[in-house]
Amino acid sequence: MSLAFARLRRLIGSVAGISLGADKLYFAQSRLEPIMRAHECRDLAMLMRLIEKHEDEALLQRVVEAMTNNETSFFRDRVPFEKLRQEWLPELMARRGEPRRLRIWSAACSTGQEPYSIAMALAESEPDLEDWTIEILATDISELALETARRGVYSQFEAQRGLTTARLLRHLEPFKGYWRVNDALRARVAFQKLNLLDEFRDAGPYDIVFCRNVLMYFEPDVRRDVMTRLFGALAEDGVLILGAAETMEFDERFTTSTSGDCRILPRRRRAAIA
Amino acid sequence: MKQILVVDDSAVIRKVARRILEGMQFSTVEAENGRKALVACEQAMPDAILLDWNMPEMDGVEFLRALRKMPGGAGPKVVFCTTENEASHIALAMDAGADEYIMKPFDQHVVRSKLEDIGVI
Repeated sequence: MSLAFARLRRLIGSVAGISLGADKLYFAQSRLEPIMRAHECRDLAMLMRLIEKHEDEALLQRVVEAMTNNETSFFRDRVPFEKLRQEWLPELMARRGEPRRLRIWSAACSTGQEPYSIAMALAESEPDLEDWTIEILATDISELALETARRGVYSQFEAQRGLTTARLLRHLEPFKGYWRVNDALRARVAFQKLNLLDEFRDAGPYDIVFCRNVLMYFEPDVRRDVMTRLFGALAEDGVLILGAAETMEFDERFTTSTSGDCRILPRRRRAAIA
Repeated sequence: MKQILVVDDSAVIRKVARRILEGMQFSTVEAENGRKALVACEQAMPDAILLDWNMPEMDGVEFLRALRKMPGGAGPKVVFCTTENEASHIALAMDAGADEYIMKPFDQHVVRSKLEDIGVI
């Protein structure tokens, strides 16, 4: 392994918590190639020197974004959204009195399909939600991904991936050869840049947190730290939804239940175990 | 094994669709226009139909309306698969009795997701 690649791995680990495997040199080079070309760097060593010498934050941000995985789609894995409508929302609403308010956080929202899917599921639950204030916060480390998310404009290919035709026609509108999430839905989601490595303890409490297929890319100690803080941002009876492949079995407080394509961590279990 | 009828005047599209569907363990039958598709349905009603819009002799919407009037014609799930991608076209197809709508170009993920949505998978 080259020295430059080892430095890149350390940098990505410390800035974004991402565990970049020692065998991912080719992956890293192909992802970073456009950046190296733009900055006239003939190799990875030159790019690393440029970042380290000039402490160029914008360049560092581009490198981090190039190394993150933005794979997503509307209603990805389906099950969490069905459970949101059929179980978690009704249960939380039944337990909540005044004020009639619920807060949902899509952590690592990528290009926006997850929070918009949440907003669609909520819209389809009306009129049950009449008189309720439901906040949806969507965060991601990538400013580029957030720009796409805020615009809410998707190619025909992206739009029909995961969306039924009925949902496509109800929630999106044709826009210059693309499809745009309608104004009402876009107004329901607040987007914000957030690195999960940074402090967010004051952000809660959230009733439902989606953090799927993110922790699996983190180093184990980072994963434990982020998980602990996510847990702390949950309401006492809130639920945390992870990706199906994400287990937290290294810590008994984080015993998850599996449901189809997601893992669910109900907050109140903590009291039972602690 | 469930059977899907692929209706498209393009032999290339039929081949692509057939490969995707057979990869999902469906058996496939092909027809190059709506009229031949009706004959195929009279002989053996498929479980689902992947249907192009613009075809010579009988287009997709005409075929769908005729299909739904046939004995047993309410049974097959029908997925339009077409380059017509305007909202008005999509709404018209759904009104005519389609169960889902795919805009070309498509890939196996979109086809799988749509077939799951309507319970064919």
